[in-house]
Amino acid sequence: MLSQIRSLWEVLKHTFVKADTVEYPEQRRELYPRYRGRIILTRDPDGEERCVACNLCAVVCPPDCIALQKAEDEDGRWYPEFFRINFSRCIMCGFCEEACPTHAIQLTPDFEMGEYDRQNMVYEKQNLLIDGTGKYHDYNFYRVAGMTINGKNKGQAENEKPPVDVKTLLP
Amino acid sequence: MARIQIDGQFYSVPEGNNVLSTCLSLGLDLPYFCWHPAMGSAGACRQCAIIQYKDEEDTRGRLVMACMTPVTDNLRISLNAEQARQFRRDNIELLMTNHPHDCPVCEEGGECHLQDMTHMTGHNLRRYRGRKRTHNNQNLGPFINHEMNRCIACYRCTRFYNEYAGCDDLQVFGIHNNVYFGRFEDGALESEFSGNLVEVCPTGVFTDKTFSAHFTRKWDLQTAPSICVHCSLGCNISPGERYGELRRIVNRYNGDVNGYFLCDRGRFGYDFVNSSKRIQHPRIKQRNACIQTAKEHFHQLLTRAKRTIGIGSPRATLEANFALRSLVGETNFFSGIEDTEYQLLQTVSQIIRDGGIHSPSMREVEQADALLILGEDVTHSAPRLALSLRQAARNVSIELAASALHVPSWQNAAVREIEKQALTPVFIASIGRTRLDDIALDTYHGSPDYLANFGFAIAHYLDSSAPEANALDADENKLAHTIAAALKQAKRPLIVSGTSCSSLAVIQAAYNIAKALPSPNRQLTFSLPECNSLGLALMAGNDLQQAFTAIEQGQADTVVILENDLYRRAEKQKVDAFLETAEQLVVIDSLKNPTTEKADLLLPAASFAESEGTLVNNEGRAQRYFPVYPAPDSICASWQWLLGTMENSSWQHHDDLTTACAQAFPDLTAITQVAPGADYRVKGSKIPRQPHRYSGRTALHANIDVSEPGQPTDSETPFAYSMEGNMAQVPPALLPVVWSPGWDSNQAINKFQEETGGHLREGDAGIRLFEVSGTLAWFNGIPKPYISEPGVWEVMALPHIFGSEELSLQSPAIAQRLATVCALMNPLDAEQAGIDNGDCVIISDLSGASLLTTVIQIDTNLSSAGLLCITAGHPKFQALKMGMQVTLRKFNSDSEVGS
Ligand code: SF4
Ligand code: SF4
Ligand code: SF4
Ligand code: SF4
Ligand code: FES
Repeated sequence: MLSQIRSLWEVLKHTFVKADTVEYPEQRRELYPRYRGRIILTRDPDGEERCVACNLCAVVCPPDCIALQKAEDEDGRWYPEFFRINFSRCIMCGFCEEACPTHAIQLTPDFEMGEYDRQNMVYEKQNLLIDGTGKYHDYNFYRVAGMTINGKNKGQAENEKPPVDVKTLLP
Repeated sequence: MARIQIDGQFYSVPEGNNVLSTCLSLGLDLPYFCWHPAMGSAGACRQCAIIQYKDEEDTRGRLVMACMTPVTDNLRISLNAEQARQFRRDNIELLMTNHPHDCPVCEEGGECHLQDMTHMTGHNLRRYRGRKRTHNNQNLGPFINHEMNRCIACYRCTRFYNEYAGCDDLQVFGIHNNVYFGRFEDGALESEFSGNLVEVCPTGVFTDKTFSAHFTRKWDLQTAPSICVHCSLGCNISPGERYGELRRIVNRYNGDVNGYFLCDRGRFGYDFVNSSKRIQHPRIKQRNACIQTAKEHFHQLLTRAKRTIGIGSPRATLEANFALRSLVGETNFFSGIEDTEYQLLQTVSQIIRDGGIHSPSMREVEQADALLILGEDVTHSAPRLALSLRQAARNVSIELAASALHVPSWQNAAVREIEKQALTPVFIASIGRTRLDDIALDTYHGSPDYLANFGFAIAHYLDSSAPEANALDADENKLAHTIAAALKQAKRPLIVSGTSCSSLAVIQAAYNIAKALPSPNRQLTFSLPECNSLGLALMAGNDLQQAFTAIEQGQADTVVILENDLYRRAEKQKVDAFLETAEQLVVIDSLKNPTTEKADLLLPAASFAESEGTLVNNEGRAQRYFPVYPAPDSICASWQWLLGTMENSSWQHHDDLTTACAQAFPDLTAITQVAPGADYRVKGSKIPRQPHRYSGRTALHANIDVSEPGQPTDSETPFAYSMEGNMAQVPPALLPVVWSPGWDSNQAINKFQEETGGHLREGDAGIRLFEVSGTLAWFNGIPKPYISEPGVWEVMALPHIFGSEELSLQSPAIAQRLATVCALMNPLDAEQAGIDNGDCVIISDLSGASLLTTVIQIDTNLSSAGLLCITAGHPKFQALKMGMQVTLRKFNSDSEVGS
């Protein structure tokens, strides 16, 4: 009995508390960078496409809403020939960002993606790829990886020795 | 059997094998790199460390390499002891210190044995902060990518390439931890089996270049069990599809047939399926039509026809050929191969069926202890078989090692040491040099007639009741006696022959030799021209010439040609006349070719990757392939086109056709048991073609329509275009993809074999149609050796792995490796004719009509006079046929320009 009265009291007390909800859309909440909303593809600090089309985001995606195809450009870099996210299926779980070894795919604090036509929820690469680095400013996968690309030969990545001379017998 | 104790558990296992292999056969997980079930142990990687205890009292034990430790009775070991685990973890950590940060851009990623093993040992954090060793890569040709940074120096590649495949242009260079696996200089790998490096190398050093060009991770490939269609051996393959395109071929293990390996034609020849030469729509009088119209038109043509004849094909399935035969009637069905080949195949099928000699699988070929190859360059005519023959050549030394020195066969380096002392008697009689000459004790060269005569002589020396051959000269006679003596002594002698020589006498001589052998385990195998040559031969049908006559004499007016380019079968004039005289010409095929150009009604056929059917390989083994992905809407399987136009047919499905075909031919009764029918279920559901991690399902087609379409249904096979279903219960022979928890790479196959390197659990795929029965009389068609006239040359069309086979020729990677277009001549002949290496000549027939111009290459290994060797089946040489007599004239650019 006593506890019921106390509960009623607690609830009633809230009538006089300042509301948590805001008058959206006139009023907006501040959303932090790590909020999980609309997905983007970013570029590395040199302005090149970060995504190397490794398919890890696609395979980790629970509703399987990412599809892409690997291609290779004249510099020897892997990139997605197409990259498609079906946002009408995406659950904004952020697994793709977590799986991405290049920091290419990132979730942003934008969630206002309502559409009258569901078909418009299908984003292609041109809708996803931005010009900046997103949340992670410094990482450049190809500076770490061993693959040769135009302008970075074997031995020129971070922490690499110059290529072995197989003809030498010196220790 | 030995009783052994592993981590406190007792097992009873065969004695003598190594501990690693035994543990894997028991289903235990033990990491390894350098050991390979087909290549034995090397002890190079130090990854398979375990603790071995002296006896029950021993508590400390000592660290040993499982792959180098034999199983003995009362062996007590531990895989889980902390010291062993620590050692394995440290070993991987060391291997990984130099490993590049490449997985996302590595084609091996997702099916990488190194990833699997790293994960298995629990090394998941990089502690090494020093600088990494790097290597420059090489261009290894159109098939293989090279990324040397990823090497862990397990030596599997060179052991496969040098020892197993017998080629020496891939070597190890450098010293200590700088070792480099590559070629002396950039250039295409010479071995015909280089593609196996992709699967043999446990890392991403060697990857499939053609696959990389349209790369997809293993988990995204839709697959189904399939059979290679590029030669008569019927290797089992796993083709993978993504976005409606065939992406790659990998080996599918079959303990009886191809084991772990494929040839490069089979692995890289698939791209013809994606080629721009594919026929995409039905065409009526050269205009595109829809499927319904085409069907109706086809039906009308047949009803209007006075008499329709059907031409089958050795590269179409049993079911498709049978459907055509049923449609046009038995008497109107022609097998679509020209007379000589028809005769050869009839003889071969007679020998396999009633010859009383075992026709071996490739596993059995590898057991042979004496070999005679008569008239074949096996590497080019039946590539995978050559790899097996090469293993057979080791048997005498393996036996010697086991009996005299008690060294088991998996002690690879030790056994290879003995090889120099004990050679298996291998003899090769062929037209020119062959790619197996290096394992031969002796060789004999000559034109097919000489080869046949030589063969008949050997048969006579083995058994004097066999007919006597024409006299040989002293050297030849001595060799024939040597060969006869070696074969007589052998316990499991094997004779290899085939149709490459286009000579009935060669095949008959091979049979006589095999029949004359005293051993009850004698074996005889033939290499045949195409993937279903034997199947078609078993269906009989008439030869092509009779079809030509029927049309020529006006007995028939309509022709239906099934997957057959007649211009590859007979002379151009004859085919032209035939195709033009026929009033209505219906062609069903998948790729454009000269025959399809002429069709009044052209029906696009599904490729092997989009349809199902049964093939009979050279051994007499029936095997079924299944569609990997559905054909586009405008394309049907050949059998569907044919069935669709049959009136009142009770046959609705592929299974009905298979059953009817089995009933119609007693030889083919067993084909219904080759694989389960469409109603087969595993725990209530069909077998999924897609791995359980298949990604992108809700985005694949979202650009076309955001509402996902339903999965295509498959009412013809036990497989579903889906990822739903119970993979764990599927019989291994039906598995579309090899995967097991913790084993993403193809090495997961260990989990599905009775023992490592053995048969698949519940049996390998395919059914042998014939077992030894009956016997045939001695053949006595001993040919009169052809004596060359001066100035007249006999054309020898020799098969080449790249260039002789019709379909693979249309794959860009294969096209880059085509044999040089030239005619080979022996030095003496060339000198007499005044021709130098590299000269251009005009080849004319005996009436003087010039046929083609080509470059001459002088081949010092070609000893017989009067032969002009060209690549069989090469489009450039279509005007020349095997055995044709021609004259040569030097091409003189000045005079030719004038004329
Ligand atoms: S995980 Fe990252 S790099 Fe890989 S495909 Fe996705 S976005 Fe590209
Ligand atoms: S070889 Fe394996 S571990 Fe090495 S980069 Fe390639 S996928 Fe990764
Ligand atoms: S290239 Fe591959 S197979 Fe060869 S040693 Fe290196 S890791 Fe082993
Ligand atoms: S040997 Fe023949 S069947 Fe086997 S992979 Fe090569 S071409 Fe295909
Ligand atoms: S597998 Fe045993 S040492 Fe390599």
